[in-house]
Amino acid sequence: MIKEFCVWLNATSLSQHIQDALWVIPTVQTVHIVSIAIVMTSMAMLDLRLVGIAGRRQSLADMAHRFLPWVWVALVVLLCTGTILIIAEPGRELINNVFWLKMSLLAVALALTGTFQLMLRRSKTFWDRNRTAAILLGSASLLVWIGIIGAGRWIAYVEHG
Amino acid sequence: MIKHLLSFMEATPWGTAVRESTWLFPTIESIHVLALVLVVGSIMVVDLRLLNVASRQRSVKELTEDVLPWTWAAFGAAAITGTLLFSSSAIRYSGIWQFEAKMCMLVLAAINMGVFHLGAFRSVTHWDQPNVRPPVAARLAGGISLAIWVSIVALGRWIGFA
Repeated sequence: MIKEFCVWLNATSLSQHIQDALWVIPTVQTVHIVSIAIVMTSMAMLDLRLVGIAGRRQSLADMAHRFLPWVWVALVVLLCTGTILIIAEPGRELINNVFWLKMSLLAVALALTGTFQLMLRRSKTFWDRNRTAAILLGSASLLVWIGIIGAGRWIAYVEHG
Repeated sequence: MIKHLLSFMEATPWGTAVRESTWLFPTIESIHVLALVLVVGSIMVVDLRLLNVASRQRSVKELTEDVLPWTWAAFGAAAITGTLLFSSSAIRYSGIWQFEAKMCMLVLAAINMGVFHLGAFRSVTHWDQPNVRPPVAARLAGGISLAIWVSIVALGRWIGFA
């Protein structure tokens, strides 16, 4: 099923056009990496603040207000650039275990970030009062985002369709 | 002279190890990517504050004190992993124009940073107020820095396609 979809997508004129224009893939990857820089730095700041290692001069609620809007916008950019990269080389991503590992980790990361935001919306001091939960969520989130970056780079190095 | 240095780098135990192993290069490269996104992302936090785009309520001085130690730590990791990757094929990389341009851009980023720290940043206490637009020299430094770092990411990615 996926294999047939990849063959079809690869043969579309859009995919062929992207493959023929040599500048498209590196340019889109550059936008992808800059967006990852925005997401990763913002999440690292929030996660380290949750754990209690960094940024303690500012309240968690203020920090989330500062960084989360950038995270969600950058994630939309990542979705768009990622989709272009899949259209350009479908088999490289869709028939690749590391790509699906990255997507699974992304689902976990989004669930953790959603939980963080939801509880903060219910009570601005929720994470200050539940320190154990804050430390667990912060460290889990940080590790998962690091895993996403590692998996993202490894997509290029494993066997794919 | 330079040629000797490049050959020497390739012949070092780590240069040889990275070149001959199948998993070392992508593993070190993953750490390099993690480090560089933290460098670029944290510098963007400062640049966007100087440009009066983000974190406007925060003091510039406090913000830089909070962020820049992490930037330097990540830069150290990026420099070490970058040197290891370079050592694996020093002669080849040194001949790629995108690599040379990336190194030039790093020097420009350092000069821009130096000019800002010795210039506009010295009087930071005079203009560092929430919701007040930083002086033109500070905004200029932020804008130039942003452009330089995006170009560093682009050139770095292009090395892989050269």
